[in-house]
Amino acid sequence: MKTSILTTLAFQCAILALLAFGGGINTVVPELQRQAVDVHHWMDARTFSDLFAIAQASPGPNMLIVCLVGLKAAGIPGALVATAAASIPTCLLTFVMSGFWDRIRESPWRPVVQGGIAPVAVGLISASAFLISKSADHAPLLIVITIATATFCYFTKRNPLWALGAAAVLGLTGLVS
Amino acid sequence: MASQSTQAAPAPSLFELYLGFAQISVSAFGGALPWARRILVEQRKWMDPEDFATTLALCQFLPGANIVNLSIAFGRRLHGWAGALAAVFGLMAAPVVIILTLGSLYLRFGQIGSLKGMFAALGAAAGGLVVATAAQMAVPLIRKTPVTAIPIIVAGFVLAGLLRWPLPAVMAVLAPIGLILAWRMRP
Repeated sequence: MKTSILTTLAFQCAILALLAFGGGINTVVPELQRQAVDVHHWMDARTFSDLFAIAQASPGPNMLIVCLVGLKAAGIPGALVATAAASIPTCLLTFVMSGFWDRIRESPWRPVVQGGIAPVAVGLISASAFLISKSADHAPLLIVITIATATFCYFTKRNPLWALGAAAVLGLTGLVS
Repeated sequence: MASQSTQAAPAPSLFELYLGFAQISVSAFGGALPWARRILVEQRKWMDPEDFATTLALCQFLPGANIVNLSIAFGRRLHGWAGALAAVFGLMAAPVVIILTLGSLYLRFGQIGSLKGMFAALGAAAGGLVVATAAQMAVPLIRKTPVTAIPIIVAGFVLAGLLRWPLPAVMAVLAPIGLILAWRMRP
């Protein structure tokens, strides 16, 4: 049974990573949430949004949300399997493709592919922003925190950790939930 | 020191490569790419700005996390398999340990009192962070090619965010449309 969770995790994380075009892991967060919450019932939507927050507040690649999903679903083995599965296929692909890169640099279809994929990635990230905020914002003050953080990060070049830190302190006071 | 000094530093050894990406990984809060640029281009001068931009374009074009792809592409160029492994392990090792520690603490203690409030607020802020990222990516694209960008962005938002279509289905529908539009609009 544990093995079947690990197999499912490995398969889902590999597929998700291979589908994460253009904007990294944030493009596939809605699908990760759908799989973890609705399809496999590894956690509820609130836990998913908490884990996503931890991944955002931690240093390192944002793709490590899969590590936390694996941790919740199947403990440390789940975390390691999920991280490896999300990394290895895409790393192999990059390893091979970066060798061809110089040869396609002048190819006329390259800007077409880039231009065609970019808006799809932005649409998917917008969906992520909406879904993550929706499951996180279950009190009026939380909506204010989301809007304030978005404004701070959009209009200033400061480290987003300031906004996350301020939110964490505000949360510790017990005012928000 | 002249600020425009773009003289490339000598190519890093495997261990320096490991350390460089480890430095990026522990500095990188809320997105690694600005830090990757700061450390690889400005501090260590292993890449010049244009080299960084072209390599990054490849990494964005390929699936997966951009910064992970960047570590593979750059490590491979310098030292083949060994270089790619040194860079990617440098990038992943410390963050995996940190995130597993934080995640375990959350799963064990996250339901008690004030910590619950802290994670709720942190979750709300993390949502805002993604809203800002989406806006930062959308605005230049909409300014550059409004006719192709707006319908695709809106369709992606509706299909994935509101209708909750599975991702492969969204990609199967929108990627060909995006490619056709980009092909027709090419200069």
